[in-house]
Parts: sequence; structure tokens; C-alpha cells
Amino acid sequence: MARKTPEINGSSLADIAFLLLIFFLVTTTMNVDTGLARMLPPMPEDNTDVEQDVKQRNILTVLVNKSDRLLVGGMPMEVDMLKEKAKEFIANPNDDPNLPEKQFTEVEYFGTVGISRGVISLQNDRGTSYRMYMLVQNELMAAYNELRNELARTKFGKDYDDLPESEQKAIQKIYPLRISEAEPKSIGGRN
Amino acid sequence: MAVLKKKGGGETPAINTASLPDIVFMLLFFFMVSTTMRETEMMVSVRLPEATEVVKLEKKSLVSYIFIGPPARQYQGLFGTDSRIQLNDSFKTLVDIRDFISAEREALSEADRAFLTTSLKVDEQTRMGIVSDVKQELRKASALKINYSARRAE
Repeated sequence: MARKTPEINGSSLADIAFLLLIFFLVTTTMNVDTGLARMLPPMPEDNTDVEQDVKQRNILTVLVNKSDRLLVGGMPMEVDMLKEKAKEFIANPNDDPNLPEKQFTEVEYFGTVGISRGVISLQNDRGTSYRMYMLVQNELMAAYNELRNELARTKFGKDYDDLPESEQKAIQKIYPLRISEAEPKSIGGRN
Repeated sequence: MAVLKKKGGGETPAINTASLPDIVFMLLFFFMVSTTMRETEMMVSVRLPEATEVVKLEKKSLVSYIFIGPPARQYQGLFGTDSRIQLNDSFKTLVDIRDFISAEREALSEADRAFLTTSLKVDEQTRMGIVSDVKQELRKASALKINYSARRAE
């Protein structure tokens, strides 16, 4: 009688397959899309530009030229200083007459609060690099986020992101995101 | 030819696990197939800029993508190295954006149309001129919710 060939032990195959499974589960993370969310202003109904009367003290102009240099409120500035400048401009803690005026409104949870009427006007050249543009956008967003976070911590003792929606809304009302983007000018020639 | 096995004793027989690998492989294939994103073929090379204040893009079904960047190497002979717009699977120009947006909008159910988000995946070396033109087109198409795609800075 022929010798019986021993059966191959297949119990470890499951382990190998599990290993592969876990490997794929870990590596094929569905790449999560992240980015800065923005709303574009709607196109004006007619072609006439709506001239909005905004006082000089309520505007912080941020200019980015084609060689990616910044001019903030008429002064050249490095991009890492922009956040502090923007925060100071938005919050105006000492009611400086050169910084935006405040409009006193009733806000839920907070009572009557002075809401800054400041608008950050961002203008870039057609030759500005997208990287620089995003850096500036990011710094401005960071300024708003930090202010909101600070307010959330002092008022509710929690981070802004952890608050329920109604409280977030109240904070958004106090620090509304007001970034206006002018049409780019082509100063430095064609892109 | 029948081979008679001689089994000894009244031991409880071991559970046959021969089918376990098959089950696990089935799971494995399921995950391999379902997690590969159905991505459009990239005809432009996009290296996203970094940002710290990024938020997650929710509801992927409501998002349409516009890619802007220099053409990939195999297309550079034809299209040069200047940044171009890619919609779906082909190079497009500014005038096509409106049609693209209305097509994307048509594809959504009526209730979702207001929430259509346009994700701009723009190469960081791109000049703002083309990006602004695209934004103007989006405004004309009243697709106002946009998202500047960025990598989360570590």
C-alpha cells in the first residue's frame, strides 16, 4: 500500500489572509478631502458695480503682488505677521478709533455685544502664485478661528469645535467671516 | 481506490477550518474593490498647497471637482506646460465650466442641488489669473459653494 501523503496544514492560511486583509484596511484609507471652504459672492444682477460705502477704518486691505509680497493696510508685511494683524483688526479690543467701529446687537447667550464692522479686503494680482494666495487665506481663516476659539473658551469653557450648533452660531454672529475679494488686477503683465 | 482511514479513539474531531481562508479572502477582495476610489484619470499634475485651517469635505456625492495645473508629462508635447483646466476626463477651457456645472447639477436630485460644492484642486505653482477666471465662471454659473483643496499641514 502506498504511503499516505500527509495533508498540508491549512490552518495558517487564514492567518495569512487576515494579515493581508488588515494590511489593505490600513493602507487604503479613503483619502479624505480637506480644504478651505468658502462662499463666492453672487454675481450682481446688472453689470453696474455696487459701490458700497464702507468707511476707511472698517477696511483692512491685503494686497498680494505678482512676486508674492504682501501689503497690509499700506504697510509691507511678512505672511506670518498677518494673523496677529488680522486678529487685532477684527477684534479691536481697545476701541481704537483707527480700527473698525462696532455695532451693538443682541446675541443669544451673550446679550448686547459690539460686533465689529470690519471687512478684510483681499486683492491679488493675476501673477500671484496659488500657494501664496492659500497661505494668506489660511492666515486670515486662522485669525477668525483663533478669535472664535478664545471667545468659546472664555464663555463656554470649551473649544469652538466642541460647542453645540446654536452656540457656534452665536459666536459666528459675533465674529462673522468677512473677507471680500476684489477682482484681480493685472499689474505685472499677463499671467 | 478507496483508502480507508483508521481513526483511533473517541476524540472530538477538530473543526474543519479549511474554508476560513476563503471567507477571509472574500472579505479581502471586497475591501480591495470597494476602497479603491473611482478616480478620474489625472491629466494635470496637481500638488496641493498646505494649510492648517482645513476642514473635511463632507458628502462626496455633492462635490464636483475642477483640476487646474500643468499638464502631465505625456500631454506636455501637445498642451505645453502652462496650467490648464481639467474637467472630468479631458482638458477644457473656461467656457466649458458653465456646462460642466449645469451637468453636475442635473445629476443631483432636486433637493441636493443647492448644496453642490465645487472643489478646486489647484497646483500650488499655478498663477492666480486662471484661478480667478474659474471663480468668475463659477459665480456666473451660481455655483457659489467652493472649497480650496489643501493638504493638512503637519
